Amino acid sequence: MDLGYVSVQLFNGLVNGAFYALLSLGLAIIFGVMRVVNFAHGAFYMLGAFGAYLLLQQIALPFWIALVVAPLGVAVIGAVLERLFLRRLYPLDPLYNFLLTFGLTIFIQDAMRLRFGIQGQPYPMPAELAASVSFGAIGYPVYRLFVIAFSIAICFGVWYAIERTRLGMVVRAATERGELTRALGIDVDRWMTGVFGAGIALAALAGVLAAPMRNVSPLMGSELIILTFAVVVIGGMGSIVGAVTAGFLVGLLASLGAIFNPALENVVVFALMAVVLLVRPAGLFGSPEAE
Amino acid sequence: MRRWLPLALVIAGILVAVALPRVLYSVLALRIMLWALFAVSVDLLLGFGGMLSFGHAAFWGGAGYTAALLAKTFQLPFPIAALAGTLAAMALATPIGYLAIRRRGIYFAMVTLAFAQMLFYVVNEWRDVTGGENGVQAVPKLLPGFSVSRTLDFYYAALPLILLGFFFAYRIVHSPFGHVLVSIRDNEARAQALGYPTQRYKLLAFVLSAGLAGLAGSLFAIGNSFASLELLHWTTSGTVVLMVVLGGMGTLWGGAIGAAIVLLMEDWLSGFTEASGVITGAVLVVIVLGFRRGLWPTLRDLVTASRHPEAPPSVDASAP
Repeated sequence: MDLGYVSVQLFNGLVNGAFYALLSLGLAIIFGVMRVVNFAHGAFYMLGAFGAYLLLQQIALPFWIALVVAPLGVAVIGAVLERLFLRRLYPLDPLYNFLLTFGLTIFIQDAMRLRFGIQGQPYPMPAELAASVSFGAIGYPVYRLFVIAFSIAICFGVWYAIERTRLGMVVRAATERGELTRALGIDVDRWMTGVFGAGIALAALAGVLAAPMRNVSPLMGSELIILTFAVVVIGGMGSIVGAVTAGFLVGLLASLGAIFNPALENVVVFALMAVVLLVRPAGLFGSPEAE
Repeated sequence: MRRWLPLALVIAGILVAVALPRVLYSVLALRIMLWALFAVSVDLLLGFGGMLSFGHAAFWGGAGYTAALLAKTFQLPFPIAALAGTLAAMALATPIGYLAIRRRGIYFAMVTLAFAQMLFYVVNEWRDVTGGENGVQAVPKLLPGFSVSRTLDFYYAALPLILLGFFFAYRIVHSPFGHVLVSIRDNEARAQALGYPTQRYKLLAFVLSAGLAGLAGSLFAIGNSFASLELLHWTTSGTVVLMVVLGGMGTLWGGAIGAAIVLLMEDWLSGFTEASGVITGAVLVVIVLGFRRGLWPTLRDLVTASRHPEAPPSVDASAP
C-alpha cells in the first residue's frame, strides 16, 4: 500500500467528515433545543445545493453570494415549516415529529424530482478555488481544502455562539429548563423558530458546499441523512462537541475502511455505531441521562 | 363491543381475503395482503411494544433476498423458501434487536434505520450473490403437484401462509406474553420491578415481529419473481410505518386497512403521475398533524357509539 494513496484517502475522509460535521451539528442543535430529530435534514441539504444551482442559472449569482443567500433562503422555508407544523407536535412524543419530517422529506424529494428530474446537474467550481496545491507528488484540490477549513470555522463559530455568548445562554436555558426560562420573561417559542432555522441553515450550507463537488440532484441528501443519523448516535445526541468530533472521526474511519475495500466505506460507519452502542449506549460524548 | 363482533370481523376478513383477487387484479391483491402482514408485524412492535422500528425493510428485504435466492438456486417449493426467508429475518433481527433495544424511543428508531441502511449497502455491494442494482430476477414460483406460476394461483396457494401469519400476530397479542409487552410499553420500570426481564421480552418481540415481516417479504419477492434493492430501502421502512399510523396503532386490523388504502391510492395515482411520494408525503403530514388516532379506532368508536350512545369515547391510548 503506498503512502500517497493513503494520504489522499485520509484527506478525502476529512472532506467527508466536514460535511458530516456540519450536518450533524445542525441536527444536534435542533434536537438539543426542541427534542426534534429532523428527518428532513438531508432534504434541506439538497435544497441548499439547488438554491445555489438556481441562483447561478436564473440570475447568475456566483458561488460566494450563494454561500450566504441560499442557506438564508432555505432557513426561511424551515422556519415557516416549524411555525406551521412542527410546533404543534412539541407536547407529544418526539416520534410524531420524526414521522412528520419523514413525510416532509419524501414530499420535498419527490416534488423536486418531478420538477428537475433524477439526473444530476453539474455546478461549476468557483474559479478562485479551481487550482490544486501539491505536497510532494500528490496534488490536493484547493476547493476541498477550503471545504475543510470553512467547515471547521463554522463549527467553531457555532460552538462559540452557544457556549460563550448571551444568545447562547438563552438557548441553553431554554433547552434545559423551558418553563423557568419562560417565567423569566423570555419568549422561548420565538427562539425555537430561530434555532430551527439556524440548524436548517447549516444543512443548506453543507449543500451549497457540496454543489461544486457532487452533482446537484433531488436524491443527493437521501442516503446522507441516514449516515448522519449514525454519526449522531456515535457522537451522542444533542452534544455539539460530540456531533462535530464524531463527524470528522466517521469521515476518517470510513475512508480508512475504503483503503482496504471500497465497498466497506459506508459499512464501517454502521459497524462503528454498533460498537458504540455496545460499549457506550449514550454515545461517545452523550450523557446517559439524556434519554 | 359485543362478543361476537371480533369473530364476525375475522370471518369478514377471511372472506375479503378470498374475494380480493376477484375484485382487484391479482398482482395488486397479493401486494395488499403481503403489505398488510408487513404492517401488522410493525404494529406488533409499535402498537403493543412501544418500539418504533424504522428499519423493518431489513427483515422484509433480507428475507425477500434469501427466499428468492434459495428458490432460484435450488428450485425450492415456495413455502420452504418462504420459511427459510422467515428464519433468515429472525436470525438477522437477533443482533440488530439486541443492539437497538439498548436505546429507547426516537433513538431506537434511528438505530434500526441505520442498521437497515447498512444491510442495504451490503446487498448493494455484494454483487456476485445479490446481483447488485439488478437484483435477483426470474425467481420461480414452485409448488410440487401444482402450477402456481400465475399470480392468481400463487395468491391462493400463499393465502394459508399469510393468514397463518395474521393468526400468529393475533395469538402473540392476546397471549400472556403480549400483555407483558403492553405493560412494558406503558411503564417499563414498573414491569421490571414486577420481575419481568423486560429486555428479553423486547428482544423476543423484535425477533417475532421480524419473522412476520420476513414471511411477508419472502412471499412478496417470490410472488413478484423479483428481489430488488427497493425492498431494503429506507422509504420501504417509512411507508410501512405510515400504513400503521394511518390505520391506527395498537389495533393490528388498522395496519392491514392502512396498507390497503395506501396501495390502492398509489395504484390509482400511478395512472396520473410518477411522483407518488408527493401524495404519500402529504398524507403522512396530514395524518400526523390531525389524525393521529388512525382509521380503525375512529371507525370502532363510530360503530360502538351508535350501538351504545352512552358509551364514552375511548381515550387515545395509541401514543407510543
